Parts: sequence; structure tokens; C-alpha cells
Amino acid sequence: MKSILLLGSGALKIGQAGEFDYSGSQAIKAFKEEGNRVVLINPNIATVQTSKDMADKVYFLPVTPEFVTRVIKKEKPDAIALSFGGQTALNCGMDLFKSKILERHHVKVLGTPVESIIISEDRAMFSDHLKKIGIPTPESEAAESYGEAFKIAKKLKFPVMIRAGFALGGQKSGIAHNEAEFKEIATAALAFAPQILVEKYLHHYKEIEYEVVRDNQDNCVTVCNMENFDPLGIHTGESIVIAPSQTLTNYEYHLLRRVSIKIVRSLGIIGECNVQFALDPRSHKYYVIEMNARLSRSSALASKATGYPLAYVAGKLILGKTLNEVVNEVTKVTQAAFEPALDYVVVKIPRWDIEKFMGAEEKIGSAMKSVGEVMGIGRTFEEAVQKAVRMLDTGQQGVTENNFPDEKTIWHYINTPTPKRLYAIAAGLKRNFSLDKIYEVTGIDRWFLYRIKNIVDAEDELVKSKKRFFDSKRNTWVKMESRDLLLKLKRLGFSDKKIARLTHYSELVIRNLRIKNNIRPWVFSIDTLAGEFPAKTNYLYMTYWGSHNDVKPVGRKSVIVLGSGPYRIGSSVEFDWTAVYTAKNLTKYGKKSIVINCNPETVSTDYDMSGRLYFEELTFERVTDIFEYEKSENIIVSVGGQTPNNIAKSLSEYGLKLLGTKAENIDMAEDRKKFSELLDRLNIRQPVWNSFSSLVTALRFAGKVGYPVLIRPSYVLSGAAMNICYNEHELRLFIKKATDIGFEHPVTISKFITNAREVELDGVAQDGEVKVYALANHIEHAGVHSGDATIVYPAERVRYFSGVKIVEATKAISRALKITGPFNIQFMVKDNEVYVIELNLRASRTFPFISKVTGVNFAEVIVDAFYKKAKKYRIEYPKYVAVKAPQFSFARLEGADPVLRVEMASTGEVACFGETAEEAYLKSLLATGLSLENKSALVTIGGEKNKMHFAESIWKLKNLGFKLYATNHTHKFLKSKGVNTIKVGKVYEGSRPNVVDIIEGKKISLVINLSEKGDGNSTAAENKSDGYMIRRATIDNNIALFTDLNSSRLFVNALDKYRIEDLKIKSWDEYI
Amino acid sequence: MFGELILKDGTKIEGRSFGYGEGSAGELVFATGMAGYPESLTDPSYEGQILVTTYPILGSYGVPDKKNWESGRIHVKGLIVNQYIDTPSHFESKKTLSTWLKEEKIPALEVPDTRYLTQLLRDKGAQLAKIIFDKDISFHDPNIDNLVDQVSVKKPIKYTRRVSLSAKGQSKKKTIVLIDCGVKQNIIRSLINRNADLIVVPWDFDVLKLAEKIDGVVISNGPGDPKMVDTTIVVARKLMDYKIPILGICLGNQILALAAGGNTYKLKFGHRGQNQPCTEVGTKRTFITTQNHGYAIGKIPKGFKPWFINANDHTNEGIIHESMPFMSVQFHPEACPGPVDTEWIFDKFLNFL
Repeated sequence: MKSILLLGSGALKIGQAGEFDYSGSQAIKAFKEEGNRVVLINPNIATVQTSKDMADKVYFLPVTPEFVTRVIKKEKPDAIALSFGGQTALNCGMDLFKSKILERHHVKVLGTPVESIIISEDRAMFSDHLKKIGIPTPESEAAESYGEAFKIAKKLKFPVMIRAGFALGGQKSGIAHNEAEFKEIATAALAFAPQILVEKYLHHYKEIEYEVVRDNQDNCVTVCNMENFDPLGIHTGESIVIAPSQTLTNYEYHLLRRVSIKIVRSLGIIGECNVQFALDPRSHKYYVIEMNARLSRSSALASKATGYPLAYVAGKLILGKTLNEVVNEVTKVTQAAFEPALDYVVVKIPRWDIEKFMGAEEKIGSAMKSVGEVMGIGRTFEEAVQKAVRMLDTGQQGVTENNFPDEKTIWHYINTPTPKRLYAIAAGLKRNFSLDKIYEVTGIDRWFLYRIKNIVDAEDELVKSKKRFFDSKRNTWVKMESRDLLLKLKRLGFSDKKIARLTHYSELVIRNLRIKNNIRPWVFSIDTLAGEFPAKTNYLYMTYWGSHNDVKPVGRKSVIVLGSGPYRIGSSVEFDWTAVYTAKNLTKYGKKSIVINCNPETVSTDYDMSGRLYFEELTFERVTDIFEYEKSENIIVSVGGQTPNNIAKSLSEYGLKLLGTKAENIDMAEDRKKFSELLDRLNIRQPVWNSFSSLVTALRFAGKVGYPVLIRPSYVLSGAAMNICYNEHELRLFIKKATDIGFEHPVTISKFITNAREVELDGVAQDGEVKVYALANHIEHAGVHSGDATIVYPAERVRYFSGVKIVEATKAISRALKITGPFNIQFMVKDNEVYVIELNLRASRTFPFISKVTGVNFAEVIVDAFYKKAKKYRIEYPKYVAVKAPQFSFARLEGADPVLRVEMASTGEVACFGETAEEAYLKSLLATGLSLENKSALVTIGGEKNKMHFAESIWKLKNLGFKLYATNHTHKFLKSKGVNTIKVGKVYEGSRPNVVDIIEGKKISLVINLSEKGDGNSTAAENKSDGYMIRRATIDNNIALFTDLNSSRLFVNALDKYRIEDLKIKSWDEYI
Repeated sequence: MFGELILKDGTKIEGRSFGYGEGSAGELVFATGMAGYPESLTDPSYEGQILVTTYPILGSYGVPDKKNWESGRIHVKGLIVNQYIDTPSHFESKKTLSTWLKEEKIPALEVPDTRYLTQLLRDKGAQLAKIIFDKDISFHDPNIDNLVDQVSVKKPIKYTRRVSLSAKGQSKKKTIVLIDCGVKQNIIRSLINRNADLIVVPWDFDVLKLAEKIDGVVISNGPGDPKMVDTTIVVARKLMDYKIPILGICLGNQILALAAGGNTYKLKFGHRGQNQPCTEVGTKRTFITTQNHGYAIGKIPKGFKPWFINANDHTNEGIIHESMPFMSVQFHPEACPGPVDTEWIFDKFLNFL
């Protein structure tokens, strides 16, 4: 038995997301099947790969050279796998290789030699290498200073493309059309990377990718090729992507395939590799743009697009197996040495949440901003793309859905690449904009534009024939062609809801009509071989381009589990974990799980995670279609986050049987009024609140209870449009904003309690009896979204008395609502009073964290509770502490204000264990990328209270040898306390160097910016306040930033108590 | 306009027509390639067959100039796809697929469930079928025709090597005879590009009667049952007697086997695609190949050994003589459409000469 060290990717962040849970999990499976012992380092506690049944040993530690080295010394692994944990693992591995740590400890690198990885990652070396083997790359040169870079740009002539070396997801790259743009992009890139590449921009070139696998016998296959909808210049992670390519001839397809293989061979890649090309739409000219000698987002997509388990196969190949020694797990009769033939098309659309970040730039380009993605599968592009649009769960029913007010706006959004471009093109085509002109402006191949036009034309046909569509009174067709039209619309991917909107009927009327006329989707399987062999696959999708079903219904022993949909702010890998383990545990009760999900980055959409997988929309329409076809017994809506939860009510009303808490009780929890009455009845406190649909009454209420107040719309996902208002002016502004974004429901205003502690209780109940629960507290005071908060388990900051009250309240609520299944309650504690803020009758974001730090798999208890078999758990107070810290991606979101607020902004999380909260927190911070290169800090502290509370921490920093810079007031205050700091001016004060100069000059490695109330709202970014400028400059220069008093204090305490080398290297099972 | 696809087993499927409006009959087969329809449609091996493409979208990049085709015309008898694209987008496109099909009088239908047809053919085997419009026509089994005779050249044609020498094999001039049983243009291109003089002769031509000195013979791909081309089999046997190096491709592979005393049989539904893995016997090398055949070698002839095996269904994919320069492959090293991973077969053969 060999011991293999596997590096994970850490927290989800923009450019590196859930795909690495998929690849790591498959690698673990591949390694273990061959009898190896797997040691995993990954601080991302919400992942499937860090679960009990996966790796043999798990270290929740930062994936950095220091920590990995210490794990190597302790575990003495025989080999290390670097290609399953994204750029993080690869960079770490290259460091360990260069510093000879691996050599010294006799750790063999599995798969592709590190020398080759280094070539593939260094743009200049890569380009030289390709030149040697006669493969063209865009004319370019590398530069290490701005002056050098500008000289190259002048030589190549604008427009040029700037790329940063060694960066994930195209961070800090962009297209510059002139000197001003060049200066901006090049400077930003050089702040992040030691080397940048300036290259000739290839106007309107197509962007094509190939996924290649190679074994140690030189066998190569290209598993999939993909074509970007957007031309070169939009990062492939930001592009709509189609697989397989649509506009390439056989010659082009195989020209690029041959080149991919040539490159892969020349570098001796073993395992998986991705090669990206630019292809001229006017000739056969092509260039290699880049390659990734590791599993990537594209390979996860390719894997789900084809059914070929790329990461699993790569795992086998790096162990020395050959392609024809690996069985094709989908067909079970063929093997991995083949290239999948698709008989469908997939369309990937990224999910952005740019509007969730105050002040962030909407434009997209060569750097990633998207936070997730979906993949629509169909038999035509039209069907697949319209599915994908709905899968995004952003409200659009299809490509023709938009609210562009006028032609000028439409042209703007066609011209400027943003998340709205697809919809703008449809809107433009609807208004008869010239298709050729749209092509000239966007570079999106006419092929795609014509397909969109096909959708637009069909919609027009429906609108024109609306009158003769059908007779709703008699529920019959007016004319026979109407049935054909409806079928045509369904085949072009129109949803019932969209057709209903266009014809002014209800969704259910259209649904009934369609079923009555036998217009139903067919179930097709993804078998990797286009039907050539009978496959044993359980990987399914639905299409209207059919006349048969590939599988028979499972029937009553099947239970549907709804997954999370796309990852986004507020809904991420943690819901995938819960869905996976819920599905897994269903087998215990003789049930066959049917998972529905549409996110290619997930483990729940792996071929072997469920009884059946429908890669489908999480909409009422499609879920019902599947439920009816499969004749399932039950459906579970409470483990996939907000998306399934949102359709729970309509599913239940339609007659689907939900497992768990009864629908009327869910309603009682979700209807604020009913829930509030319940709490009153149970004598449980809650902050004073009321809901309003008029401004006058709202202002009157706020005046009465006193500011600050918390304002929010009725339906909340990750705190959208939620805000704290400190005065009447702010309240007026936000009510206007909330109603502007189209809330039909009234807004709720509640008294905001300042300086309160927030506590989370996660639990599972059965018929109202709480079977398991765990408490954790936030470090930050209430007012920071729970997804952005630092969470500590056990809740050591909750006094015994409050703890008892919390548990009592929980039990009372659970009894009253007869809760069966998962729930999460957020409490607030102030002056020994306990208030309920929120109850969710579904698994929360913290379920995997709580499961892993308590050692009780809550997902398993959920299933037990559903089948009335849950036992009662008593969780003992632990001898360790675990801290979950948020991961932010502000650096990628130009303009966004990096401050903690009631609205969620983090993209991921990590959690580490320690003997104290300080130890665990410091590890967690290091795991989210904290690095202190010098002992210099800038402190700017607003408000007297903050100053008082932080004074002790300043002393500690000083004693630790920190050189301190401070802005005027802070400087004066600290002087009065006997601490000397270097005074720096604020920007508006005019003197130089000012705070921003200090930050940009990288004189410091830490910024603590505590602002008094009110700075953390949207006006700060809009007004470019001083606080905002400091925070933004800090992020843009890759410097550690703290904006919350409590977490800053905990951080300073941690620094005071621990040196990095003091942090213990202990595996999960050594703690628990 | 709508038409109907009718199978011998009684299956009837209506589809929207996008080709020529007159009926046609043949053998219904499916192919799984995702790109390269102009190459496939002009592949003479499809003579007599109605083709279902499993890839659901066809016509996307139009039709290129004739010089890029694999022969001078469309050989399929009919075409069945899920969705036809009438708005092609490619700089090399000269016309739409629909226009081309109409010009060449080939009927074509859009049928929404091509996957069903594929599964039917997979389970029941290749079927006789017809596409009809207003008036019915009778079924026709192409395998009873001498299809090779329909697609082969009528008299020898000479191609001289290019003036500019390519990098490969330029040592000395080789003369190769190519027996055309329905050759794909890329076999001709592949040989000329390797600096060979080429004499393309009809399927029933006696190669030994040529005045030129011959270095080697390539027996091409072609349609139908190899047992229909007995004249070619006799020629091949004679060539072996004279120890003239032979490379057989596809039908040529089956002809060589029959000439050497092996046998062939009809596969249930054949191999038609661009993703067929073939393992070189005795090695760990597996190549992704293009295939288009309904028959395969059963018994390996004496003196030969299996050269390639299909990694999916373990059928024979090529034979090679134990001591003599006789070799043949069931797949298409010339690709077009499909992966070019086995081009080296041509080099290997030329190195024998």
C-alpha cells in the first residue's frame, strides 16, 4: 500500500470553485480502488472530499508550502498529487518542488513532471517551447516592469491583451485599446504578478478548447472539444460555452485536435490537460492561447458534458494505468480509451452576482467575475440554451426575457460585454437589428445569432397567433396547427411559464393543455457513445426532440432529491455536500435516490453519487415532469438551499409529497406574520418588527422604535436588498431601491440591535422532537451576514444561561411546527436576552461544518428523521475549537467595496481546528490567503467606541514589533494612549504621501479599517468615501484587510499568542 | 414539405424534408461522428445506404468547395437528421446543405428522434428502408448489387508526385497502384503527399498488366459486401504470389483477407464513427480511428496475424503477414472525417517498399 498526499484547492473563490471538489473526490476514489492510502489537505470543510468516507486522513490546513511541508514530515507520503486542487495546489506543488522539499523527503510527484508544469505555467517559456515544436502562439513578450511592458505594447500596436503570469482564472488581465487602458490594466497586473505578458489581441477570433488525456504508454484521447459563444477576449470562465464545437469543419476540428495532442506529448503530460486555441473565422490560422496541465473548470464541464469521468480516469493514469486498462464506468462494457460521441449539445452559462457587490463594475472580459455556472443539455442549441438560462435561477424564463427600456440601452448591452449580452442580442433581433451588425460589434458567430433569431421568431409567431391559440374555457385547441406550434415552442426550449406569460394564461393552464395533448418531454440518457452500445448509465436529461424514453420509471421506491443549482453568493458547495449525503443515506431505507441538479461543478452530478441523475432544471415544471414520469414516492426539497426551497410550496400544492415538515408548517415559518405570532404565543422574544407597503407608515414605525433599523424584502436569498439604515434619509433611499428592483411583496422593517452577539443553531428534528443540534457563535456582532461571519464551534462566547434559553426556545419552536428534518435558527443575544432572528426549515450553509466539527453527520440524521428512525444524539462539549472563516473574492471585482455588511459577499469558506479559537482562526486566515510579509500595519479607526475597544489590540501589535501607520484621528487618539504611530493623511486632505500612497507603495502588509456605523452601505462605494478608497486600495494591492472590530481583535490576539510555527499539525481524527 | 421514413420492419416516421423531393430506398445505417458531414456524404463506402447521423445538428458550416470532398458526388441514398441548419456560417461554405442535396437529388428528412432509430438499428441490426413522399417505392437491398462497380473509376488515372518535395519519404521515387473500390480522395492525397507516383485503377483491373514497375499496391475502401468483388480478390491473390507489397484499407482489408484464405462476415450494425478505439496487438497502444464498414474479418488467413483489435467489441481491425509486406486495416488511416492518429500506417507501408 502506498500513501498518496492529495492537495485540495481550499475555499471557493472566483476563478476556483466547486469543480475541484468534484476532481478531488474522483481522484480519492481512483486512488483508493488501487489500494492506496490517501492523505488530503484541504481547509474547505464544506466539500464532499473532506468527508469521513473519502480520504483516509484529512488535514483542515492551509494549502501552502509551509503547512504542506509539515504534513509531509509527519505523514511521510510516498507520492503527491498536484493536479486535482486547481491553481492553488499546483502553485504549492511547484514551490515544494523548487525548494527541493519533495526530493528531500522522497515524495514522488504523480503524473505530469513538474518541469513540464513549470513550462506550461510560465508564459514566456511556454511560448518558446511551442515555437520549438512549430506551433504558433500570439505574438507577445513578457515584461517585469511597466516601462518594459509599454515598450512591447507600442511595438505590437493596440489593441493588446495583457495577461498576468501564475494567476488563476485570468486574474488581472484585460484588453487595452489605448495607452490609458493599458496603464490601468498593466499596473494592476504587475501589482499581483511578478511577470506579465503583453500580446497582440486577435480580433473576433473564435475561442476553442480541447480536453486531452494521456497515459504513460503515449496513448492520447481528446475527450471533448468546446466552442465559446463569445469570441476571444472574454475569459472562458465568463463565456457561454457550447460542447461540442458547432462551427468547426472536420479539418479545423482535427487540426486543433492534432495540435493539442502534439503539445501534450511534447511535454510528457500524464493525466489530464486542457489546451485553449484562438481560431481565425476568416482563415485556418490559429494560435495556442494557453494550457492547463491539471484538472480545471473546463475539464469538470467536459466531464459532465460527455459523461466521461475525466478526473477519475486521470487519477488512474497517474498511478500508471493505461487508458485501455480503465473501464468506462458509464457503459461498463467499453473502456476509457475512446472519445465520447455526443448525440446532444450542452450549453454552459456562467452565473454572475456582480450586482450583489456595491460599486462593482458590470463589464466582463478576460478576467473572471462569475461565481458559478450551469449546463443545459438539449438536442438543439435552442433547447439547451433556454434551459440553461432558467437554470441560472435569476428570474429569466429564456433568452427573450429582459427589460431593456429602449434601443439605445439594447445597443449598449450588445456593445459592452456584460452578463446581459445574451438577452440584449435577443432583444435586438426582436427589434430587427441587423444580424450582421450584431456580429461585427460582438464577434459572436452568426451561427449562434441565427439560432437566437430562431427563438425570437418562434416567440413572434406565438404572439401573432395568440388569439387563435386555444380556447381556455373549453380547454381545447382552436386550430390543429396550434398544437404544432406549442410543440415547436417546447422544442425550442420555451417553458410553460414563458408561454403562459406570452398568452396571458397561467402556467398550470399551459401545463394541463400540453399534457392533455400528449406533449411531454422524453427521458434520454447520456451514454458517451451516442447509443452505439447499450449503456448501463443512470445519467439522464429531458428533451422534446424525441418519441421514446431510454429508461423505465423507478416507481414508488424512488425519492427525488433536489440539488442546489448554480453556485452563487449565498448558495454553494455546502448544499452539495448535504444533498450528496442525503441521497447516499436513502439507500439505507431501501430507496433509490433520484438527484436533480444542473451545476457541472458539483459532486452530486457525478455518475456514481445517486441512483439516477437528471441533469435538469430545478423549476416547478421540470421537477414535476420528472416526478410524474418516475412515479416517485417522495421528494426532498430541504437539502439544496434556497433554490429548491423556493419551489417547495408550488410542488406541494400540485400534489408532490414532500418528505419532512408539513407544507402548512413550512408556510408558518416562512410567513413572517404567522411566525411572529407563533413566537409571541411561545413567549420567545424577537426584535420589534412590522411590514409595510407604504413609505409613510414605514417612516413612522422607524421613528417610534428608533434607528438603526434593519430593512428587508419578504423573500431573502443571501441578504439581497437587505440593509441597515441609521437615519431617515437612508431608510427613504433603501425603500425606494427595494421597490425599484420589483418586489411585489411588502418590505419588512425591524429594530436593529447593535453590539449583539449572533448564535446559530443547526438541528434535525423528528415529529417536533429535536434529535440533534449544535450551537456556534459569530465573532462579528449581529449585522454581518451569517455567510460572511467568522463562526466558532463550540459557542464558547455564549453564557450557560443564554445557551439554555436558546435550546429551550428551539425545542418549543420545533414542537410547535412539528419539525421533521433539518432546520437552522439564528439567535441574537444581548444583555442576557435571547432573540430569534430567523428560522429556516431546511439544511443551512453550516450543516457540513457542524457535521464535521461535531462528528455527527447531520445529513444522515435528516434521512433517519424522514423515516422516523432518528436516534437522539448528545454532543459532548469538545476539547478543541473550530473556526470557519469566509473567503472573499473582492480582488476580482473591480470597484466593489470590501466591507462586511448584512448582505453576503463572500464566495467561499474554510474551517480549521485548534486548541483555542485563536489558533483555529489564525489557521483559517492563513487558509484564505492571509500573508504578512512585513511587520507594518495601517490602522484607521472610526468612532470613539471602536477606538476604545481596539486600543489594547494596538498595544499588542506594537509589542509584536509592528510599525504602525495611522490616519489623523486615530494617530491622535493613540498618542494620547501612549502609542506612537506614523501619521498619514487621508486622500481628501491633500498632503502626500496619503494613505493610498502608503498602501500602493506596499509599505504595509496589514490594514485594519474600522468604520463607524453607516460606512458599510451602498453610498460609501457610490461616494468613494475615504474608507472605501482605503479598503479598495488594500484589496487591489493584495494586502490583508480587516474591517470588523471583533474579528480584528481576535486576529491580533492570535498573532500575540501564536507564531506560525506554533500552529499544530493535527489531522481531523486527532481532534475528533 | 413532409416525407416519411419507412423501415422494412414496419416502422414509419414522418419528417420534414430538407432535401430532394423524390423517394429513395437503401440500407439504413447510423454514424456517430460529430463533425465532417461533407466528407461522410461523399464517402463512396456509403453507396446504397441511407444515413442517420446520431449527432443531432447538421448543416452548420454549409458545404465547401468540391476539392474538399471525398469524391465527386454524394453517395448516400438519403439522409436523416434531428435538426437541419439552413443558416450555415463558415468562410469556406459555398452553399447550404439543403441546396447541395437538392442538386444531387438526395432526399433528406428532419426526424426528431434519431436516437430511437439508432437504438433500433443497434438492437435489430441494419435495416432496409426507404424515404417516400407522395408515391410509394419498393425497398431495395444494396448488398445484392455490385456497388463497387458503381463507384470505381472506369479506366486508369495517373497522378505524378508533387514537384515540391514534402519532408517525408523523399529518398526515392515510388510507384503505387491504387485499386479503386470506391476510394476516398484523402487516400490519394495521403499517398501523393508522401511523394508517391500513383496509378489509380478500376476494381476489376489486372494490375500485373501495367507496363510500369510497381513498388506497391493499395486496395481502397469501398461499399458493400467484399464477396461481391471477386475479380479484385483474384487480383490481390496474384499480387501476393508476386510478393508485391499490399496495403488494404477497409474493404481492401476484407479483400486481402479473402484473397489469403480468410473469411468475412456481416456485422450486426457495423462501425460508423470517428471514435473507435483500436489496440495494436502485442502493445499497449490504442488509437482512435475513423470507421465506416458493415463487414469484418472473421477467420484470420494463414500466415497472417491480427494487427489491430477493436477495444470496444474486440472485433478484428487489421491483419499483417508474419513475413511478407502484406498488411491491411479495417479503419481509415486517411481519416476525413475523423482523427488523424493512424496516418503513420501510410508511412509504415511506404517504408516497406
